[in-house]
Amino acid sequence: MAAQSPAAPRLPVNFSTRVDEVSSRARLARFIRVVVVIAVAIIMLIPVTWMTLTAFKSRPDAVAVPPKIFFQPTLEGFVSLLTDRRQLTTEQIAEEQKRTDLTWIDQLALSRGQVITGPSDYPQRLLNSIIVAGVSTVFSVGLGLLSAYSFSRFSIAGAGDLLFFILSTRMLPPVVVTIPLFLMYRALGIYDTHFGLILLYTVFNLSFSVWLLKGFIDEIPREYEEAALVDGYTRLQAFRKIVLPQSLTGIAATTVFCLIFAWNEYAFALMLSADRARTAPPSIPSVLGTGGIESAAIAAGSLGFLIPVVIVTFALRKYLLRGVTFGAIRQ
Amino acid sequence: MSNVTLQQITKRFRQVTALEDVSFSVNHGEFFVLLGPTGAGKTTTLRIIAGLEKQDAGSVLFDGTPVDGLMPADRDIAFVFQQYSLYPTMTVYDNLAFPLRSPLRKMPEAEIKERVTRAADILRISHLLDRKTARLSGGEMQRVSIGRAIVREPRIYLMDEPLSNLDAKLRESLRVELQHIQKTQSSTILFVTHDQIEALTMSDRIGVLREGRIVQVGTPNDIYDRPADTFVAQLVGSPRINLLPARRDNGTVLVQDSPLHLPAPKTTHAQFLVGIRPEDVKPVPDGAFSGTVALTEPLGVETIVHIRAGGQTLLSIVPGLTDLRIGDEVRYSVAPERLHYFDPEGMRITSS
Repeated sequence: MAAQSPAAPRLPVNFSTRVDEVSSRARLARFIRVVVVIAVAIIMLIPVTWMTLTAFKSRPDAVAVPPKIFFQPTLEGFVSLLTDRRQLTTEQIAEEQKRTDLTWIDQLALSRGQVITGPSDYPQRLLNSIIVAGVSTVFSVGLGLLSAYSFSRFSIAGAGDLLFFILSTRMLPPVVVTIPLFLMYRALGIYDTHFGLILLYTVFNLSFSVWLLKGFIDEIPREYEEAALVDGYTRLQAFRKIVLPQSLTGIAATTVFCLIFAWNEYAFALMLSADRARTAPPSIPSVLGTGGIESAAIAAGSLGFLIPVVIVTFALRKYLLRGVTFGAIRQ
Repeated sequence: MSNVTLQQITKRFRQVTALEDVSFSVNHGEFFVLLGPTGAGKTTTLRIIAGLEKQDAGSVLFDGTPVDGLMPADRDIAFVFQQYSLYPTMTVYDNLAFPLRSPLRKMPEAEIKERVTRAADILRISHLLDRKTARLSGGEMQRVSIGRAIVREPRIYLMDEPLSNLDAKLRESLRVELQHIQKTQSSTILFVTHDQIEALTMSDRIGVLREGRIVQVGTPNDIYDRPADTFVAQLVGSPRINLLPARRDNGTVLVQDSPLHLPAPKTTHAQFLVGIRPEDVKPVPDGAFSGTVALTEPLGVETIVHIRAGGQTLLSIVPGLTDLRIGDEVRYSVAPERLHYFDPEGMRITSS
């Protein structure tokens, strides 16, 4: 702290009063804005919140009328999601209850008259989802980046038609092609393989990623690369050192969109996979299973399904925000 | 000794011809300015020399050897762009070091550091080395891009209007610095501009480009005192040259709609265009001609006087401020030995 000279003003001068913090109209407007935002956020979050609550409910609580907001949380839903169980007879239950080597998981199952016969295939389905969505996203963004760069920088004969052709692959509703695809996949022997799904999702996302990334790369002035070219770099080195760092926002945005599509895709996965490559979306409803709707297990499954995308999106949010406003700001 | 030679370069973009049969050469240690209005093909010429663009015909020679097949990286040239040439994701230091870190050169990091420090010293940007380039002012950015060129000591510097995005003060000081660097390092520069003052002040030689053709190549004096045609005459000089239609009349030249009678050139043309530089129109009490003052533009160090003479208006430039007022009668003389004659097509008539 420097000693204050007598001439220095008594009051600190580093404050200022903003009009919008004083004017009553501005304050009212801001209040209304905040209320609206909170209301919208609550409406958006209700399903997610309800799903999370349901995941921790016991079976009677999950279907209770009127719905219960306060309840005794239990991991029943997760246990039924992650295990295969067998229903026991009354005598068997009594017999089991005498045993002392039961874990808390076994006891939880037993309290519902069931015995655990092994792990369920949900973890495997989730892993399949991660593999298929992850790999296909890497491919569609990687290939998309290269073709977007080419479309943006080189004069390609019929570039407009080619771009339209790429976009047109998106125009057919997926449902229309599922049956022909199913037949082709079976004939090619890639039915129910990771490769088959990765190939399909990559191709499907490619049109989107080429178009989106081309927009981002168009925004990067080509003088940067030309400067690198005369500075003694090859086209590929210039691409890696100059274009790539500058298109990170676009890459992040495209990655998230491609990942969400591949992650959530249901129809193709249902038709083109059975067991080995089956992803999570078509398998969660199958928990519906025998002996009534396992609402808690479905909610737990959906919750687990939600987490990976949320993590990725959250990790990339810094780039995403800039990516969304990218075209609006000119340097 | 010629460093870079262009031989009959022609370049077309679809239907548009950007360059037509362009030939000139830049000598070692020379400051060569390519001058021309927007769209004349100046930038295209630079880009062809750099290898960023491929010509349709003709060839580029470095020390007499064609380099048409070489990639930009292999041509050992430095390019200073008008804008956008600094990498926004890097610091100033990394920007300056970037050309030296090229895999082509494999320069040890210690030497890179030494060279970057030296270049930063010359351009007085040493205090900026740690900054991100987005935080720099326009002048600082352009210094850094010039720095990125001089760290390398290339065969030739190609500069594409590097000063035109700067404000007037900064442009003046960078102009001086650039000239100073060029003279002290005796480097070869091919500088592109549409600004005739930059061309006249900095260059050893000027090439004037118009609609993709070279109109004239010469020293600043050649260009100013012996313009090859009316286009060049009007392009250089501020305020611009007085260009008046005239015809031969009894051994003299009579300027249309005016009392001006001037000595005739020794040619057979009946119709002319007479060019008179404003500084050659001198308001003097015993001047041969008379007119009225239509307007004065005082610029401090000099004043532009618009003199109405019959149907024509002559621009005259007088040193300092003037007492002349609008509407005043004024007598003036025209320096007869400094007149420029052009034929009706605009080509210079060499009178003697």
